[in-house]
Amino acid sequence: MHIPVDGFMYPNEVELQWSVLIVLYPFLTGLVAGAFILASLERVFQVQAVKPTYRLALLTALAFLLVAPMPLQLHLGHPERSFEMYLTPHGSSAMAMFGFVYLWYLLAVLVLEIWLDYRRDIVILSQTTTGWRRAIYRVLTLGSNNISPHALHIDDRAGWLITVIGIPSAFLLHGYVGFIFGSVKANPWWSSPLMPVVFLFSAMVSGIAVVLLLYMLLTRLRGEPIDMRCVDTMARYLFYTFIIDFSLEMLDLVHRIYEADESFRSLDFMVHTRLYFSQIVLQILLGTLAPIILLGITQVIKLSDLVRKRIYATAGCLTLIGIFAMRWNVVIGGQLFSKSFLGYTTYKMGFVAREGLLTAIVLSILPFVFLWALVKILPPWPEKALLARSASPQ
Amino acid sequence: MKIFQDAGHLFRLAAVFLLGLILFLVIRSFLVPRSFGRYGHYRANAITETAALPVNYAGHQVCENCHGDVLEVKSKGVHKGVACESCHGPLAAHAEDPASVLPVKLDTAVLCARCHQENIAKPKTFPQVNAAEHSGGAACNTCHQPHSPAMDTEVKQ
Amino acid sequence: MTITRRQLLILLPAAAVAWNYILAGTPEASPNYNMAEHWWAMLVDITKCIGCGSCVRGCQQENHVPDGYYRTWVERYHIEDWQMEYPEVDSPDGGKNGFPPAKETGGKNFFVPKLCNHCADSPCTQVCPVGATFVSPDGVVLVDQKYCLGCRYCVQACPYGCRFINPQTETANKCTLCYHRITKGLTTACCEVCPTGARQLANLKDPKDPIHDFLRTHSVQVLKPQMATRSKCFYNGLDGAVR
Repeated sequence: MHIPVDGFMYPNEVELQWSVLIVLYPFLTGLVAGAFILASLERVFQVQAVKPTYRLALLTALAFLLVAPMPLQLHLGHPERSFEMYLTPHGSSAMAMFGFVYLWYLLAVLVLEIWLDYRRDIVILSQTTTGWRRAIYRVLTLGSNNISPHALHIDDRAGWLITVIGIPSAFLLHGYVGFIFGSVKANPWWSSPLMPVVFLFSAMVSGIAVVLLLYMLLTRLRGEPIDMRCVDTMARYLFYTFIIDFSLEMLDLVHRIYEADESFRSLDFMVHTRLYFSQIVLQILLGTLAPIILLGITQVIKLSDLVRKRIYATAGCLTLIGIFAMRWNVVIGGQLFSKSFLGYTTYKMGFVAREGLLTAIVLSILPFVFLWALVKILPPWPEKALLARSASPQ
Repeated sequence: MKIFQDAGHLFRLAAVFLLGLILFLVIRSFLVPRSFGRYGHYRANAITETAALPVNYAGHQVCENCHGDVLEVKSKGVHKGVACESCHGPLAAHAEDPASVLPVKLDTAVLCARCHQENIAKPKTFPQVNAAEHSGGAACNTCHQPHSPAMDTEVKQ
Repeated sequence: MTITRRQLLILLPAAAVAWNYILAGTPEASPNYNMAEHWWAMLVDITKCIGCGSCVRGCQQENHVPDGYYRTWVERYHIEDWQMEYPEVDSPDGGKNGFPPAKETGGKNFFVPKLCNHCADSPCTQVCPVGATFVSPDGVVLVDQKYCLGCRYCVQACPYGCRFINPQTETANKCTLCYHRITKGLTTACCEVCPTGARQLANLKDPKDPIHDFLRTHSVQVLKPQMATRSKCFYNGLDGAVR
């Protein structure tokens, strides 16, 4: 495969090392962290308005977290050796430590919190369903059917504690991904102390946007009315987080332009040519400024429910596109220029290939399939009949 | 106590986690390679495995053991610092079993040009010529003996 | 003599550790080679390099380097007068078949051979998640071909672009300083075939190694010193424009 090169690149740099799958991975973990932090708004910070989205946010986080390792496995030269990261993790490697951060977050935070919040429903369902569904619920009860008020109170307190631990864990989860890039001194596009912070805030933005969109979509599909107070609050948090995210990215940009170190000319040229569409058009204009302006309008002008819903849906979609573009610009952008600062290469993305576009598309759809399955097993909105059943004790 | 009575499910959960941890540690003790950690955070046997890779260039000292006559000629000329295999290619197999592997006859037009074709980036003191102007297309060994290339030594007919 | 249960409880774990040690084998490179007596380095003399590409060919043939990937390569620099910030550089097929005649007629021109710098503070070994790449006790940065996952983090972390992923083994690959040769008293393949002596292997722990004199009497540099990798590939006559 011939890869066109402009200028000079070290011979081994011409072929890109990290593909679109490595772009997808921080996008997915970002959605996890963002969705979880939205859920924690209700649990810890008592923001009652977003309560209707609490369980949905948790299930969304889980669905995306389960798919997140898949692009990594597909990209490895030897996926069968990936368990070595748990056997002999190298303490100085951010990637190795991330294996444990991921495991901690999955098991000690997310799974635990979901289990504690759903336990009452699980116990009831284990007694009222039949067949293979009953078997699943019975396993999930871990053999305990105690849903007395005191037991549920203990669950509530324990869940609160898990969420409190979970917030810094979520920060760690996605901040770490930022650090994996930000700590590479060889690459001036990546190497920055701002990287973990930028990644984290953009994760929060994408997480809030995805929960907002999913809530509006699923509520519509269920034929229920959308809780405007809920979506208004989510949109407000999205707006504030976006302001911070945008400020951080602008700070990085202004700092680079001002200091103009040895890498600046090469990177500047790259942004104006190869990265123009994904960075300027998709990430900054359509993906950041447009949603900020749209959301800003809803904050200062009183608009009808319908118009606000339309704006939120548009802003949400643009946000997700923008944040994906941001991941693309970091990962792919960081490999398009030569470390000699004398040349540029091209990213040849295959379609039907192990690390191709089709794989990325399938992996992007998969979390929604997982979410559909999770919603079936652990319904976020308990059916009225279920509520009636639980009202009369067994 | 009442708190433990209603927290039974949490103890069961803790037991599941503990079991998982123990299982992991047991599996780990079987799977971590034995030589790992000997000298540092790596498999020490990787050093031996790398050192045991096959050698393809014998090194000029090995050539000189048998080809003393060539060494005689070479040591008097300007190519005395050029290793045999620099021109003749990797010949460890030939050194191992001289009859089985014979060195390929070299094409001086290609070989000599790689070093001696003039290029602005080569050091000024290095002997370089424009081959077309220099010999009019004739092979370099028409006039130069590669082992001792100076013109006033015996010229190959 | 009878062994009590308590003695057995102490003896058995100790025996298990000792047995493990025996099973691990003794990873000494060769009978006459002592790792502790060596700290390997390389000296590259820009003033002597003629860009013939023998080193690139030699390395490929010694180490079966796949086409299109380079454990070592040669770059040609052309600098117009005082334009040190903007050199023109090319490396056709890594310099494997030499260089075509230059189009430029003036300016400053020279060749720069490149290889793994075998950094003492290697950023590539720092980021490896599993310990598949490491600095050996004698100062050579190696890759464990049986342990590497092919995550490519080390390739990203190398400031010099000397690593690649071997498409046949799907693992990280790079110059091994011909470890399989230097532990047998031979020199590296690239040093062996270099016709002008522009590349010299050095053992910094050997007081009789001529490199010590050379380092004392010449101005030498390493590539990208600001990266603080403690590179052990020293260049004589390295121009400031070299990237």
